[in-house]
Amino acid sequence: MLTLVDSTTGTVVGRAEGEDVVLDVATTGAGPTLLMLHGAEGREADTAFVDALAGRFTVVAPSHPGFGLSPRPDWCDTVEDLAYLYLDWIERQDLRDVVLVGLQFGGWLAAEMAVRDCSRLGRLVLVDPVGIKVGGREDRDIVDVFAIPRGELDARNYADPAAGPGDLTLASVEDTEHIARNEEALALYGWEPYLHNPRLRRWLPRIHVPTLVAWGAHDGIVSPGYGRAYADAIPGARFEIVDGAGHRAQVEQPATLAALVADHTV
Amino acid sequence: MQYWHFSETAYPYLPPPETIDSIRVTLPNGVIDPERAAALWDRYLLEWQVADECGINLMMNEHHATATCMDPAAPVIAGILGRITTKARILILGNPVANRKDPVRVAEETALVDLLSHGRLDVGFVRGVPYEVSAVNSKPVQMSERMWEAIDLIKKAWTTHDGPFNWEGRFFHQRHVNIWPRPLQQPHPPVWVTAMTPGSAGRIADNGDIVASFLTGYEGTRKVFQAYRDRLAETGRPAPADDRFAYAALVYTGRTDEEGLEGARKLMWYVKANKVPFEFVQPPGYTPYFVRAAGLRGERSAYDFKSLTLENLIDEGIVFAGSPSTVRGQIEKFHERVGGFGHLLLMGQAGFLEHDETVAGIRTFAEHVKPALDRQFTPRPVTV
Repeated sequence: MLTLVDSTTGTVVGRAEGEDVVLDVATTGAGPTLLMLHGAEGREADTAFVDALAGRFTVVAPSHPGFGLSPRPDWCDTVEDLAYLYLDWIERQDLRDVVLVGLQFGGWLAAEMAVRDCSRLGRLVLVDPVGIKVGGREDRDIVDVFAIPRGELDARNYADPAAGPGDLTLASVEDTEHIARNEEALALYGWEPYLHNPRLRRWLPRIHVPTLVAWGAHDGIVSPGYGRAYADAIPGARFEIVDGAGHRAQVEQPATLAALVADHTV
Repeated sequence: MQYWHFSETAYPYLPPPETIDSIRVTLPNGVIDPERAAALWDRYLLEWQVADECGINLMMNEHHATATCMDPAAPVIAGILGRITTKARILILGNPVANRKDPVRVAEETALVDLLSHGRLDVGFVRGVPYEVSAVNSKPVQMSERMWEAIDLIKKAWTTHDGPFNWEGRFFHQRHVNIWPRPLQQPHPPVWVTAMTPGSAGRIADNGDIVASFLTGYEGTRKVFQAYRDRLAETGRPAPADDRFAYAALVYTGRTDEEGLEGARKLMWYVKANKVPFEFVQPPGYTPYFVRAAGLRGERSAYDFKSLTLENLIDEGIVFAGSPSTVRGQIEKFHERVGGFGHLLLMGQAGFLEHDETVAGIRTFAEHVKPALDRQFTPRPVTV
């Protein structure tokens, strides 16, 4: 079993229902604050991207409750809970002009935060985010990641499937436990409605900070067309395709993506 | 001891296993020949009628989007059995309440069946099998929490008779719960809940309900039953009677050992035909993450019987099969090894076990095994 952080090893990010919320938070680099919200891959899989950003930003990367080594308070079971938790954390630290970067599931979370309160955000970057409904009721906008074989999952998450975890019968206990715990958390927050909030799209026009929506050209989970619709719903948002990347663009093209982020924050 | 005939009412006429990915969730229902399905239902109902005539009780279950079970609405079948049988008790085991979005409807359905059957209904609750979360779009996380909230709500709905009550729980909301009709049995039909691991038994013991374990063999079953007994002891309550414990096994009784084993080999379809890919067998959250992680690494699940032979399954106490004296001996041994139990759920039909063979198995058990066991284990009435 994984050893989760506690009040001595973790970071208190907030308080609710009479208890502190403790998360595993990694902070690296120097410069303006960049809050990075990971997706189902877990923060541990985004190290190269964090390193590429750290030369320019103070990268603050929490593992969300239930993911990685972060405990999950029993009450915390919706994306809305996560959004208020992080907005509250930003406020508690009195941060301003935060660069908020959300990756896939974390992109959905970042969008939920931004429609609620942009006042402490400077820039928003969404990388292959889920979270909205674009097609009709019989269109599955987002591939059912819980209902496909591992090989197909890797092929859809990555332009080069070899970038993924591969054959898990050869993987370590720790790695598979991280994957299993992260997927459980994803199911908790995103099972139904499936990885989206039916009401989110109509409120995306409330986002009034400069926004970049970046999309892996070979995203096999959510198509670039969905990404364009996402960007179209956010006033003035810029849409960029990242070549040589699938759904988890930050894993396959960390330098390209970090450069896009840097460019977006100039 | 009470005995219950159980068939999962499969549609076994399937394409070769190597040509399909899964027998559950994704197998197109175009595989079904509707006429053949209707004929199968005729014979399955008839088999329960035979059991009723033989003094054996009746059990049915419910599954969704699977060739292994053509009953996606157990109360419908229970209602029919309530009218075409006369003596047997009728057990739904179970209503998959973690997957049912409307527990009040379950309370209504079961109250109705209790009336239709003149108070012969036993109501079982199950969390639901992992394969089904995709088929019914049910979140595999927090399933136990949903199941227990649903059970609490259903019991309150059955037993509240002074007008509507309010329910605004974590998972279910209804402002005016006031079911019509109400059950015939008072205060409500007997309640069963399944437990496959000891950790699930405590709350069932707290409620005094019947705990049922499926195909868990000698050791697994003993641990579940012991956890129930321990909980009552810890909370200072009297030791439970055997009628609080139920076990489901694959059972076939022949005139000879050879005939019994031959029947059991056909029942093995239930475990052998269950071709389902990992993503449906172990959805995230259904088991603790570290258990699923072991599955991701390719370790065999405790409930994967595919690699076991009939002899293995008999040795483990998962199959009881042979001549009447052999089956009787197996049941006596099981009774002793698990510390006693009061309900044996006989999965006496599966796959290609034909109607005549199924009926022969039921009758041989009823005529040549049950009387001897009745002399040994006083048949107890089911108590509430």
